Amino acid sequence: MKVPFLAEVVLLLTCASLMNSCSERTAVEQATEEGILIIGNTSEPKGLDPHIVSGVLESNVIRALFEGLVEGHPSKDGVALPGVAEKWYPVDEKRPDEWVFELRKDAQWSDGAPLTADDFLFSFRRLLTPELASDYSFMLYYVRDAEPYHKSQRSYLLSRKDANFTTEWWASLKEIDFGPNEEAPEDSFNFKGLDFLTAKELEAIQGNPNLFTWPKGVSAQIRTRLLKKNLAFAKSGKDLWDLIDFGATAPDPHTLKIKLNSPLPFLPEITKHYTWYPVPRHAVLKHGKIGDRFTAWTKPENLVCNGAFFLKSWRFNDHIEVARNPRYWDEENVGLNGIRYLPISNLYTEARMYYDGQMHVTYSLAPELIEHSRQNYSADLRNELYLGTYFIRTNVTHEPFTDSRVRLAFSLSLDQESLIQNVLKGGQKPAGGLVPPFGDYPAAKQVRFDPKLARELLAEAGFPNGEGLPDIEFLTTDKETSKAVAEALQSMWKEHLGATIKIKQLEWTSYITSMFDKDYDLAAGGWIGDYLDPLTFLDMWMKGTGNNRTGWHSEEFERLLAQAAETGKPQDRYDILSQAESLFLKERPILPVYWYTRNYLLRPEVKGWHPLVLDNHPYKFIRLESSPTMKKEG
Amino acid sequence: MIKFLLGRLMQGILVLFTLYTITFFLAKAMPGEPFTSEKNVSAETKANIRKLYGLDRPLWEQYYVYPKNIITEGSLGISTSKGRPVKDIIAQSFPNSLILGLCALGFAVGIGIPIGVLSAVRKNSWVDWSCMGIAMIGICVPSFTIGPLLQIYLAAHLPGLKVAGWGSPQDVILPAFTLGLVSAAYLARLTRGGILEVLSQDFVRTAQAKGLSPSKVIIKHSLRGGLIPAVAYLGPAFAALISGSFIVETIFQVPGMGQHFVNAATTRDEFLLLGISLFFGFLIVVMNLIADLLTGFLDPRVRIADNPE
Repeated sequence: MKVPFLAEVVLLLTCASLMNSCSERTAVEQATEEGILIIGNTSEPKGLDPHIVSGVLESNVIRALFEGLVEGHPSKDGVALPGVAEKWYPVDEKRPDEWVFELRKDAQWSDGAPLTADDFLFSFRRLLTPELASDYSFMLYYVRDAEPYHKSQRSYLLSRKDANFTTEWWASLKEIDFGPNEEAPEDSFNFKGLDFLTAKELEAIQGNPNLFTWPKGVSAQIRTRLLKKNLAFAKSGKDLWDLIDFGATAPDPHTLKIKLNSPLPFLPEITKHYTWYPVPRHAVLKHGKIGDRFTAWTKPENLVCNGAFFLKSWRFNDHIEVARNPRYWDEENVGLNGIRYLPISNLYTEARMYYDGQMHVTYSLAPELIEHSRQNYSADLRNELYLGTYFIRTNVTHEPFTDSRVRLAFSLSLDQESLIQNVLKGGQKPAGGLVPPFGDYPAAKQVRFDPKLARELLAEAGFPNGEGLPDIEFLTTDKETSKAVAEALQSMWKEHLGATIKIKQLEWTSYITSMFDKDYDLAAGGWIGDYLDPLTFLDMWMKGTGNNRTGWHSEEFERLLAQAAETGKPQDRYDILSQAESLFLKERPILPVYWYTRNYLLRPEVKGWHPLVLDNHPYKFIRLESSPTMKKEG
Repeated sequence: MIKFLLGRLMQGILVLFTLYTITFFLAKAMPGEPFTSEKNVSAETKANIRKLYGLDRPLWEQYYVYPKNIITEGSLGISTSKGRPVKDIIAQSFPNSLILGLCALGFAVGIGIPIGVLSAVRKNSWVDWSCMGIAMIGICVPSFTIGPLLQIYLAAHLPGLKVAGWGSPQDVILPAFTLGLVSAAYLARLTRGGILEVLSQDFVRTAQAKGLSPSKVIIKHSLRGGLIPAVAYLGPAFAALISGSFIVETIFQVPGMGQHFVNAATTRDEFLLLGISLFFGFLIVVMNLIADLLTGFLDPRVRIADNPE
């Protein structure tokens, strides 16, 4: 009979495999011996093309495979070590808006092809190619003419060479829908934007001017001129690239010159971001055109890279493994033979796998498991400051948050310490300001817990003891931890202000959409710095910036940012940015709550892994030391 | 027979098309779009991405292009969240789900049916009660409880068993057990009911009266008829088991297909959602057909009803 036989097979298989593997070592023991680091990486990467992905987990793999102009320091934040570039310097120390990177002459790709400045120029152009639809292209906007090319600002590029062109004149035309206008009816030409219309569509407008809606003040002469120029260019079949004066150039194969829009003393820091990494021109073009997004060049059998490791295998949703790249310029100083990335999305599974000896480093650690880990794995538990801030957005276009006193009152009534001690339990730091502390930047201390002042301010604004406050909703995500935090904040506002707040939990995409549509009163939020500079936290609050979403803006704030952009001396620049932050905190369109920390588990045999606020550990400096005793959790 | 198959084929196509229509419009009705992200994405970039995925075209055109591409190019679209063809995602993850599902099914059948038979034969004895009690627990306790319990109390202590992962043959044991438990429990109850019903019929009484041994009565005369409810359940259960389970896969780190159902919805990945729903629908249709054919094989009454001539 068939049925019991099957049961027998299952039973036999179980026993056999159990007996068979009784003597086996744990995965970590074996990997340590082989010099392979096993890392938790939350999820399956969307891809490994540095120009297409935009997530942290992708960058963790990309940083092993590719190397940028400079390399991060293994233990010091904000220090740049030589990467593809041997030397780099601004042309003018006082005004660092033009930089020279001298590339090493022995730089090569993993297939042996030489790596030259041309590869960088190709990479920059590729990242900016509109058809590639990269959502991180703005990382290159510091480079002269990168932005107008990426945004296909055809009318601007065509007009600016005119003799009578002035910036003021151009600014007076800003109401015209040059780019996409998402508020215009779909299928209309305004929805697409003048700069995006084809020759046929432009001709149609010439025939029937009503097809495109112009703002009132624009004269017929200007309309005709813009249409004519656009049409002539659209018909010529040329690429906008021919119209720009791109900032990056290669005077010789081993020199890269970069002209910026304004001084940027921290440019080397920015080039550490993977969007600035070179991609192999020869390999990319072998599998497609410059603007093709889904080509085979990043498949394991095709991927050519220049980092300390190359892609060895990629089993979808199971693991990615990279191995030592013998053609890497600094190969002899690479400490690992390989890295295996595991896409474990379940935090609890990840921790259990770690306890079971299956990995060296976890991606994260669930707050509930911190105490357990502290007791049983105290040497492995890591708690490190991370360049990120948790804050609450206020919608300054909704009552009562139109009044800055109300915003301040809501901020001053937050007992940050209590939230961290009783709810988060991850060693987070109470936020004194927006920008987390790092390097020489003076961290703000303006945000604090002062319920008495909070009540006074609220009363002053016309809501004594919270009386008369309209219905207020606190928007947050559907995660369990978000709920716990929201409830804690809710009770603080009730206790210290007498305000009754409703919590609204939405699943991630709906939550983001609500925020974009400014359909909220208060909303949980956070920001993680892209690079080591206060600007990554400050420039998002300018008017019309996609991540602002509060409706707040200030001319004075923007003037200070503009002034900082023109200041070359780092300390002076920090002072101006600090002033801008102070102004921002005085107005407090967002309520900073705490500075993030990263909690994770790291095995003691991993050496060369130091706390870094951006958490980008350069893998080439990491080593594994065997430790003979590794027990399973008892 | 051919008429029956053709009829079912047409039904299947209709079911899949309805499924497509409902999924398509539900996906469109969700707030947000696939590229909603925390990062500052300019209107120009969004327009570029929409164009890339054909989402800038009118709704009716999108509605009609997707099935057209399936038929003409065999393409299920490109996943917006994973950046790779949906077909590849299914091709890479389905085999793992299939292996896991088959093992879970083997476990469910291997444990569930014998227990059901045993319970039926020893009706109302302590054997019956304890078997059915355990089956009830199997149905009631969710996999997100069983899974971690197995990890903490079994895998962490037994050498050779890993807490999670998918590399060696023994990695399938715990997830298969967790996944198959509910089906085993259902099968046990269904088998018990089926056999009890057959045992009370005249032809069984005749067999017993002829003096046949009890095991022969059960195996030769009762099992075939008694398994009919279990087989009818197995069709869709099999499809569900092999198409993966979000919970079991994330707990045991199995690179299967189940997680994509949930992730596709939360990331507004409509092509993945459509592709995977259609694939699942296809599996259900096929498995139901096979279950019907098997039932016909087991139960002469069904055959007669389908072929009146």
